[in-house]
Amino acid sequence: MSTLQLVQGNEACALGALAAGCRFFAGYPISPSSEIAEALARALPRRGGVFIQMEDEMASLGAVLGAAMGGARAMTATSGPGFTLMQEHLGYASLAEIPCVVVDVMRGGPSTGLPTSPSQGDVMQARWGSHGDRATVVVAPASVQEVHDLTGTAFALAERLRTPVVVLFDEVIGHMREGVTLAAPPAGSAGRPVPGEPPGPSFRSAYRPNAEGVAMVPDFGRGYRFHVTGLMHDERGYPTSDPATVAALLERLERKTDAALDALPPERYRLEDATVVLIAYGITARMARAAVDVLRERGIPAGLLRPRLLWPVPVAALEEAIAPAELVVAAEMNRGQWSLEVERVAGRQVPLAPYLKAGGSIISVEELVEHVLAATREGVLA
Amino acid sequence: MPTAPVKFYQVGSFAAGNRLIDPSLRTVQSELTRSNSLTSGHRACQGCGEALGARYVLDAAMRASGGRLVVVNATGCLEVFSTPYPETSWQVAWLHSLFGNAPAAASGVAAALRSQGRTDIRVLAQGGDGGTVDIGLGALSGMFERNDDVLYVCYDNEAYMNTGVQRSGATPPAARTATTETVGPEPGNVFGQGKNLPRIAMAHGIPYVATATVSEVHDLENKVETAMGIHGARYLHVLVPCPLGWAAPTNQTVHLARLAKETGIFPVLEARDGEVTAVSAIRHQVPVEEYLKLQGRYRHLFRPEPRTEVIARIQAAADANIARYGLVSDDATEPPAGGAP
Repeated sequence: MSTLQLVQGNEACALGALAAGCRFFAGYPISPSSEIAEALARALPRRGGVFIQMEDEMASLGAVLGAAMGGARAMTATSGPGFTLMQEHLGYASLAEIPCVVVDVMRGGPSTGLPTSPSQGDVMQARWGSHGDRATVVVAPASVQEVHDLTGTAFALAERLRTPVVVLFDEVIGHMREGVTLAAPPAGSAGRPVPGEPPGPSFRSAYRPNAEGVAMVPDFGRGYRFHVTGLMHDERGYPTSDPATVAALLERLERKTDAALDALPPERYRLEDATVVLIAYGITARMARAAVDVLRERGIPAGLLRPRLLWPVPVAALEEAIAPAELVVAAEMNRGQWSLEVERVAGRQVPLAPYLKAGGSIISVEELVEHVLAATREGVLA
Repeated sequence: MPTAPVKFYQVGSFAAGNRLIDPSLRTVQSELTRSNSLTSGHRACQGCGEALGARYVLDAAMRASGGRLVVVNATGCLEVFSTPYPETSWQVAWLHSLFGNAPAAASGVAAALRSQGRTDIRVLAQGGDGGTVDIGLGALSGMFERNDDVLYVCYDNEAYMNTGVQRSGATPPAARTATTETVGPEPGNVFGQGKNLPRIAMAHGIPYVATATVSEVHDLENKVETAMGIHGARYLHVLVPCPLGWAAPTNQTVHLARLAKETGIFPVLEARDGEVTAVSAIRHQVPVEEYLKLQGRYRHLFRPEPRTEVIARIQAAADANIARYGLVSDDATEPPAGGAP
């Protein structure tokens, strides 16, 4: 069953979470994400779920992690300053392999910044905000429909990979209203891995990985006694400082997130014969897509690669799109973050002309077209 | 002719009640030379209790410090409405810190000034109830524990108004907010134990704790002046009605603040070194309905049918305050306080 509705982006996020089985939300008010909490404050009690407003963002994610260990599909939502406060918990969730979804509706930063203006400035924080070598999964919807759908994808990935998944969009998408089709999520979405062996006094394998490299941690309340810690640990979950064990753990945690690449490939738009390749995500990709059409009308063979998964980086898809390019234009609303990944993949062989805009307003189709035309005129495109 | 002490009923900051009394008894607000620390032209809502409270507090603090005052301000309504780019309403040295760190930032300012021998410059930190009782509580407790030389003022409008009226730890039971909808068997905010920050502050044993409302400017200003005469950590908790968040008429802000006190819902008191030393007696006790029914956030308690058992629980909490602090004296036979009903 599906119905077409006019829905706000933040509401679509709440609806997507509910459809994906989210039954626990703990959060703290912050613009421009508060409508997610408000929608779930209304909806969760009616569905037997729990909404808790916490005393700050650290407590919010802490409660989410506790609820996830208690067996619930759990989520929180915030914006830049709150996302910053959550970073320690994100690192903990990664290492302790606790599934959860964290929504970051980006606003201008740093600090209090621009509370009600859009930005794409949290892309690197989502990757490197917590200390240590941490594998991350970050999805970037570009429309209200996709906010709904990818929130569901985020839950599916979080549960399957037992890792925090960040849903990253911005103030404009969060507050925009679009017609969306609220379809039920695809059936057969795998739950979180759980131990194959029954509980008992001899159970010592809470962190034994499955074939995908994901620890099969039981939920609390199922009869298992086990040990969860933010210290480095072995397959029993017990703390260890053995260098080989720790190195293997870090390697496994990074490798398991590669599964997200297959689950969420980038969108390719008019790339078949493109030699001018635009790369954009989130709200910026909407304008980049329109810019491709305008450039095509003007005889420029442009195309767009739109990653829906920012981390881990879809390196193979990037390489494929960039290979035939004579000019690569990565556009984003910050001072240069994901464009650095494009630069890393492209190397020195392809001319790059990133279009970066920070300051609180979105990138327009016109300015993006003008930028590409100028880059070609200036001989970047020889 | 025997003289009776003047009793003050606020009917407006420039009203004759201030002008006709002895100059030493007049409010700071009635002085033409007041500092106007939070000057006009800001973008608070009509009837904003927080704007009123902040102006009263800071003008009094400026007079008490001889104009040598640094103000540290947490994120919140007060910060947002007073500083829309490219303007500022602040006529003081003013530091906007973050949401939860104003007590810590103020501790740093005070320590730096002390290390330079500038104890004449006083530090005042201020925030709303969310920034104070929720996200900022850890930093505030640290400031109390170290007895840092800061007066911290909480303007309590009982929810996160700036982000769209979500509940805070200071939201009263049964009140509707955007995150405590009127659904389920107990509509509105939960009947919890509450988070009584004046009592938490008192438990730290700091030299001075006081509560006040914007309905009694003399009392509020006197408490600021008293606090400014003391060194060490001091805490002032001011009830500031919010017409938007409380869904109340904008001309009822002062009246609602008065009713909060006269019902016993908000005890007005002073404490030294952790012990209550003075309370403002209720002049004319009124039932809590009189306070609740003026506010749309409690509408579900009266319509479609009265929820008398919920109102009774709120009344019981008010009665408990009255008993705890002795708010009703035996000779409380005065007529109702003046001002618009």
